[in-house]
Amino acid sequence: MKNAERRLFFERTLALGAGMLLAGCDRLSRTDWFPRMLGGAEHLTRQAQRVVTPPGAMAQEFTEADLSPHFRSNGTANPANSAYQALAANRFADYRLKVYGLVERPRSFSLAELQALPARTQITRHDCVEGWSAIGKWTGARLAALLDAVGVQPGARYLVFHCADPMDESGTRYYESIGIDEARHPQTLLAYGLNGQPLPVANGAPIRLRVERQLGYKMAKYVMGIELVDDFSGIGGGRGGYWEDQGYEWYAGI
Amino acid sequence: MRAPDRRESLLYYRHRLPVRIMHWINVLAFFLLLMSGLQIFNAHPALNWGKSSYDGKPPVLQMIAVRKADGSIAGFTEVLGHRFDTTGVLGLSRSGGEPAARGFPSWATIPGPQWLAMGRRWHFFFAWVLVLNGIAYLLYAIFSRHLACDLWPTTRDWGSIGRSIRDHLLLRHPRGEAEKHYNVLQKLAYLAVIFVLLPLMVLTGMAMSPRIDSFLPGWVDLIGGRQSARTIHFICAWLLVGFVLIHVFEAAVSGLWNNLCSMVTGRYRIHLVEGGNEER
Repeated sequence: MKNAERRLFFERTLALGAGMLLAGCDRLSRTDWFPRMLGGAEHLTRQAQRVVTPPGAMAQEFTEADLSPHFRSNGTANPANSAYQALAANRFADYRLKVYGLVERPRSFSLAELQALPARTQITRHDCVEGWSAIGKWTGARLAALLDAVGVQPGARYLVFHCADPMDESGTRYYESIGIDEARHPQTLLAYGLNGQPLPVANGAPIRLRVERQLGYKMAKYVMGIELVDDFSGIGGGRGGYWEDQGYEWYAGI
Repeated sequence: MRAPDRRESLLYYRHRLPVRIMHWINVLAFFLLLMSGLQIFNAHPALNWGKSSYDGKPPVLQMIAVRKADGSIAGFTEVLGHRFDTTGVLGLSRSGGEPAARGFPSWATIPGPQWLAMGRRWHFFFAWVLVLNGIAYLLYAIFSRHLACDLWPTTRDWGSIGRSIRDHLLLRHPRGEAEKHYNVLQKLAYLAVIFVLLPLMVLTGMAMSPRIDSFLPGWVDLIGGRQSARTIHFICAWLLVGFVLIHVFEAAVSGLWNNLCSMVTGRYRIHLVEGGNEER
């Protein structure tokens, strides 16, 4: 009898506890303070990853045999933006990448000028935050070379990438940001080629960022402008990127 | 000063305070990691073997929602080319009252609705909790000799494996002096979790981090590539669920209240056997 009572007590406690735990977790997720506390782990992760892998550590490179037969396009596949469509119709002959902000010599680069910068070709794995990976061969201008060409002012800390693709009805454009260190990494490219072909529109033509040691959402497609800033809290939602403004981590090394 | 009778028992201090605290931290972290992990899985409810998800080979497992010929939608789980109708649980289930195409159902994920960014926050926070707790436990277990004295099987343990398997299958539990020690299957299960499954979880978790992959370019290939790491992470998670189910089952059938109390207060009630304390 006593055992039967205990059993009932345990079963009820368990069912009630599980239900309350789940409802509680969902409620906590909607508070301000709890996700912020959870987000504290992001800084710990970033510091720990920096200790384990030095800033110059290279992402793994693969062979032609590893290439994905078809490189998946995710997010925007063709920007609903008439100015962009006009550029695409003319095979980006009129495309100009504007580099501005905290630089010594603000200027624009045509696609041909970007292609004339010191380049790199690399076969790397693209890891999406959703969990999938695809392997592609990227060719592009080294971002470090572009930074040298414009000259970085001492106060600049971040590069903000302004893109052509509208993300919602109100026309909010995709944007992203990375630190200067990450921008100067040898594998960080402004890619204009994929698998030996000009970069397709579905994958971000004419220019897509490659930041090989972070997740796919950092690698902005349809890059139209690069702004150097000391702080990105005044741009977009203030968290350094379109997906960051939706709650994703700014540091996407994990 | 009366003679012992068959109902006599004594309280034995079985679990020291650090072990008790770390046990319950593990319970919390495990469930939150499991359910936030299923939330993350749901963002791409497919598993591949190899370096990438798109290498021409089909996934080894995937959960999909398919519109059938009669217009209704069904949830399917495909494992190694075999398709199972899992409507209502996997592939297609109700979320917020509406049928939704999702891998695991909302009652199994944190948060309940599809919300990858929040699932990641929970997961990476409690991953740190689990790892720091695990490091503290290892250090404690080594320096307090908990590992050497309580967990490492003795020569005698190895000889009793056959009997222990039989006892477990018959749900027979040791009484008296033997209750002071873990039995050999229990020791092996704990050691497998501590030294195989949890380290594999951490290793495969880190293998999915593009930054950690640059630690030594190519090291991820030693465990089959990033997508294999994701698959191993998933399998080990379910092996850990299996461990927890068996662990809770054994705790229940060998005296749930006594076991629970001993994991809270440290004190376990030992049942003295008639005619002495010898092992059965």
